[in-house]
Amino acid sequence: MKTDALFDFLVDKEKSTITIQRKFAARRQLVWDCYTKSELLDRWFAPKPLTTKTRSMDFREGGHWLYAMVEPSGQEYWGRMDYQTIRPIDHYTALDGFCDNTGALNPALPRSTWNVTFLDVGTQTRVETVVSYASAEALEQVIQMGLQDGLTSTLERLDELLATLN
Amino acid sequence: MENHSLALNNVFHALADPTRRSVIARLGRGSASIKDLAEPFGLGLPSFLKHIKVLELSGLIASEKVGRVRTCTLKRENLAAAETWFEQQRLAWQSRYDNLDDLLTNLKGEESEN
Repeated sequence: MKTDALFDFLVDKEKSTITIQRKFAARRQLVWDCYTKSELLDRWFAPKPLTTKTRSMDFREGGHWLYAMVEPSGQEYWGRMDYQTIRPIDHYTALDGFCDNTGALNPALPRSTWNVTFLDVGTQTRVETVVSYASAEALEQVIQMGLQDGLTSTLERLDELLATLN
Repeated sequence: MENHSLALNNVFHALADPTRRSVIARLGRGSASIKDLAEPFGLGLPSFLKHIKVLELSGLIASEKVGRVRTCTLKRENLAAAETWFEQQRLAWQSRYDNLDDLLTNLKGEESEN
């Protein structure tokens, strides 16, 4: 993992935020494109072994991206990212939420706000993403969901982790 | 899973208070008596005992009385339920960004060909 040292994942349980920082060896315009064009998002947004499938993309303030993360088994998890503010190629904010394949939001699940900032670092680009939940209760709710329907987890991985913590 | 959910409700309530977080941090280094735990906070014992009660109800700590001394111990498995979710998120982002690295490398190749 050549780039691990550049990856930061900070949890603030008190503020119910997760801050993710990462540096990429590419210029800012290219990294911005990867975040904002669905044909590029489809090529990286879902963590392995899932893949991303876009149903519709309207990248402008008030528009949204409707996408699914697809498991190898074919199981689909639909989400939508509603864009609130866009300042090319510096920054955007969006509301992330769970929905069905028509884009109808699941009102039972909380949404998170994404605050994404792109910065030049020499010839490279640093991306900082702050994911905020409205409250500790909201965060707790998605944690519960994550434990039941975790996209990337396997029970084996959970077992291993618990073993190291016990 | 039911147990996880129940634990999490209480875990997040318990962790929402700085005094209780300090107690958890202290107990992470080993068990301690209530008297020793209370000392750094300058709270009256009744107020401090309320925090201990919340932590016990959350399942994050257990206490045992031997003679006149009550000793508290951290129960890591309930803290672990929340940690597990964060760990899953971290792994998901790491994998996502590894994908992005690969994509950027490919795109730069495509650019120089054009």
